[in-house]
Amino acid sequence: MKQDSLQFLNKAHDHMARPELRQHMDRLGVTLPLAREQAIAQLGNFEQLREHVKNIKNHTLENLDYYLTRYEEQVIQRGGKVHWARNADEFNGIVLDICKKHDAQRVGKGKSMVTEETDLTAHLQHHGLEVTETDLGEYIIQLAEEPPSHIVSPAFHKSVNDIRELFLEKHDLGERELADPDSLVQEARQILRAKFLAADVGIIGANALIAEDGRSMLVTNEGNGDLLSTLPKVHIVCATIDKVLPRPEDATALLRLLVRSATAAVMSAYTSFYCGPRGEVDLDGPEEFHVVLLDNRRSDILGSQYEEMLRCMRCGACLNHCPIYIGAGGHAYGWVYPGPMGSVLTPLLTGLEQSHTLPNACTACGRCAEVCPAAIPLPDLLRDLRAEERERGLSPLHWRLGLKLHAWLARLPRLYQVLTGLIVRLLHLCGRRRGALRSLLLSNGWTQVRDFPAPQGKTFKQQWKQRQREQSRE
Amino acid sequence: MSEAQPRTVGLFVTCLADLFRPSVAFSSIALLEQAGCAVEVPQQQTCCGQPGYNTGAFADTRPLAQQVIETFSDYDWVVAPSGSCAGMIKHHYPALFKDLPEWEIRAQELAARTWELTSFLVDVLDYQAGQPTTSPEKTYTYHDGCAGLREMGVKQQPRQLLKSMQGIELMELEQTEVCCGFGGTFCAKMPEISEKMVSDKLDCALATGADVLLGGDLGCLMNISGRARRLGQELEVRHVAEVLAQDLDGPGIGEGEA
Repeated sequence: MKQDSLQFLNKAHDHMARPELRQHMDRLGVTLPLAREQAIAQLGNFEQLREHVKNIKNHTLENLDYYLTRYEEQVIQRGGKVHWARNADEFNGIVLDICKKHDAQRVGKGKSMVTEETDLTAHLQHHGLEVTETDLGEYIIQLAEEPPSHIVSPAFHKSVNDIRELFLEKHDLGERELADPDSLVQEARQILRAKFLAADVGIIGANALIAEDGRSMLVTNEGNGDLLSTLPKVHIVCATIDKVLPRPEDATALLRLLVRSATAAVMSAYTSFYCGPRGEVDLDGPEEFHVVLLDNRRSDILGSQYEEMLRCMRCGACLNHCPIYIGAGGHAYGWVYPGPMGSVLTPLLTGLEQSHTLPNACTACGRCAEVCPAAIPLPDLLRDLRAEERERGLSPLHWRLGLKLHAWLARLPRLYQVLTGLIVRLLHLCGRRRGALRSLLLSNGWTQVRDFPAPQGKTFKQQWKQRQREQSRE
Repeated sequence: MSEAQPRTVGLFVTCLADLFRPSVAFSSIALLEQAGCAVEVPQQQTCCGQPGYNTGAFADTRPLAQQVIETFSDYDWVVAPSGSCAGMIKHHYPALFKDLPEWEIRAQELAARTWELTSFLVDVLDYQAGQPTTSPEKTYTYHDGCAGLREMGVKQQPRQLLKSMQGIELMELEQTEVCCGFGGTFCAKMPEISEKMVSDKLDCALATGADVLLGGDLGCLMNISGRARRLGQELEVRHVAEVLAQDLDGPGIGEGEA
């Protein structure tokens, strides 16, 4: 996917200039956190479970080579094959080779952020394959020829009416009402059913890979993953190396946090465990089963100060709770992963040069870390990325110099008091009558959108000294 | 507190109170003295270092943090009328010195003695003021600053004090736990998004119908009042300490001298 993360502010501007979209996102920014809060409250032991899952994830990451090897052994034992891809090109090449080997024409795809990361669909289409997204949200944005704006709900930015208009335009089905969400779903279902039946290869993602028994876990709300794993001859699971967990019970512990954090549901409509090709006694299932595992710099994150990011389970809660994501919209982030988790991951996976605006899209309000089911300290990781941005000279020079000057002055209390005393006096005189200044030298960012409240008069330190002097005289 | 010898509080004034709103510091001193503390205000203090720290200038922030650690080493408690400055000292100073153990331990010691003002009055002193003598003339709402809320656990304390000391029942604003869009340098780096956030916050505050918006962090309050002034909205904005100490002679934040 072509990346333009450095255009964050421009794209956020475009997003905010669309009042209907803004209202739609604002509504979601209120209702989704409320729903999650209830779901978490009903769970009762969120904190313990979060700690438990965090420990399991940390343990797995510490022993990642062991668990990945064990997972591969188990998949082989079940008759499947595991492929290892260092980067997007290798990943796409492996999947294309599998398709070619089977003379595949049509590919049905489930939702998978990994394949967004490698831009798999475009690669397969480039080589003549017909690729259909079968997750409803993904199908909608494929029709609209847009990238996902959310990691759980790819069509997060689309209202019901947007989708209606899109279907009327793109589906050649004559005059019809499509008045309600139900009729939209029925229409998509009808069209997709044929795609499932015609698919030669089914590609899906995974929410966890279980080392102990070689199964992969996937949650969907539409069952499209199950159709893709049973109807086509070839079944491919796409995942990244950080998705492995030791035991089935670890995957189900994760599941309890994941679904509530993502959609506020107690359980996803479909929770499936895939375990290889059709066996001799099985009535259905694929003839071949492949797992393609992508690294794409994750092994560099492992052991770095950003390692905690590898605990991320892609629930999207940090997006739903981030007022900047809600305000700017998912597309502003300019690559696959938006919101707080995206502002950490994008620089780590694509390089800070391409994305250093993103770690600045944060007020350090801490709401993302508060709700994160993997207890990832997102604001801290974003601050560390800003430190790197600064060290590498990517942040604006006037910011670096200004803050350096401030740090220098703040270490010289006497000079600081004299200088700030003068400035404060001046600001007070300028703003006294109105109480606030409409514009202020070097404070364009502030005064562009709000007045600058004027100081009360003398600084506290000046007044305090005066008071001490008076008291000692008395 | 019932001890005969009052324990000494070092007031961390915060740079915003020092420069823009000294009444917040004076109100804080008055409250702490009412509650039985001896208050001292060390003159060496300037800024906790958040602006540089949050932009990742860790090396420049360390000497500032060391200055604060030195300056406040002798007080029983360190109290700040700000959740974000208190949070900086309590949570981020120890993290700054992960590789300098002799300073890490000093930062941790300071962290253990550092409190946000309203939380200190309630959680440490269990301060019980007498019944309010008059009933409030105005109506009030409250903005929870993010650092106070999430780093310092400040939520009920200011509400409890407002009720017990001044008889104030807050008209709570919706979405009170959502950031106002200040975020230190964020508001200047991304003004348009910040504008949206502060406008949303202001809408929620105005929707309560309250006359006055209170809060515990001057950064947020200057942001919200600055936006209200720009839009010509009538909303008095004050730090909670001023109302608790009834230091209300001067105009609200961003308001002219009447």
